[in-house]
Amino acid sequence: MLAHAGVSGSSRSLSTTSIDADLVARLQAGDSGAFEALVRQHSMPLLRVARRFLRSEEDARDAVQDAFISAYKSIAAFASNSRLSTWLHRILVNACLMRLRTQRRHPEEAIEAYLPRFAEDGHQVEPSAAWDESADAMVEREEVRGIVRAAIDRLPEQYRIVLLLRDIEEMTTEETAEALGITANAVKIRLHRARQALRTLLDPHMRGATR
Amino acid sequence: MSKRPYLPCREIIAFLADYLDGALALETRSKFDRHLAVCPSCVAYLASYRDTIRMAKGASRDADAGDPPEELVRAIVASVRRE
Repeated sequence: MLAHAGVSGSSRSLSTTSIDADLVARLQAGDSGAFEALVRQHSMPLLRVARRFLRSEEDARDAVQDAFISAYKSIAAFASNSRLSTWLHRILVNACLMRLRTQRRHPEEAIEAYLPRFAEDGHQVEPSAAWDESADAMVEREEVRGIVRAAIDRLPEQYRIVLLLRDIEEMTTEETAEALGITANAVKIRLHRARQALRTLLDPHMRGATR
Repeated sequence: MSKRPYLPCREIIAFLADYLDGALALETRSKFDRHLAVCPSCVAYLASYRDTIRMAKGASRDADAGDPPEELVRAIVASVRRE
């Protein structure tokens, strides 16, 4: 999960796990200072995740606050074999989804406009062309990262959310289906369409327009 | 295309995610590979579809976390004290 970004390598992981275990023990014992330490340690990565889901900074901060309140109330149920960051990430994603459900939807373009078109014989109407550079090279450029983020924001909401959950937050198909209350098959269909639409939106930029 | 592949592009693109996940039956995968061997358009589509996934991930990559906004920390701590 991206909430773990930057936590890699066995010594770092061990030390993080040990700090987390200590923090959880203090929280479960009702140590109020431990809660502030938890917030200081974990709120920034959670805020970054919330900003991806919610379009306003205010909503993102409110979702983070909701998540910490939920975590505080259910810390007794935290399983010691789980990672604290993973547990908080799941709570935050649910808080973001809850907020999205209550928000008024903006008018959006139909996803079909971004899907490939086929002739009667089943072949592509407009043949696809290779992109100029590898994804790894392109995504190193801040300008390109901005284009990609803007393109993700243009996806119709139900597709954008599935793409965020599956490809960016790296939840499984089953976890995503459960979080959204839809079938695993619906997740697969939405994810494939979201990727296709995103590809269509990026295509003109990746064939020379960014340079 | 010089030769008509057994599966049309529509079928290839519809099942691309399963192809990349290795979730296709061996026989279907062979049909995919036969199509890709003669269809540069689908080869380009497959590569850019794969790149799209990597770029979505890369563009959302977190930079160093930095410090959380102080007012957010205070608001969260205060809200829990009120609970």
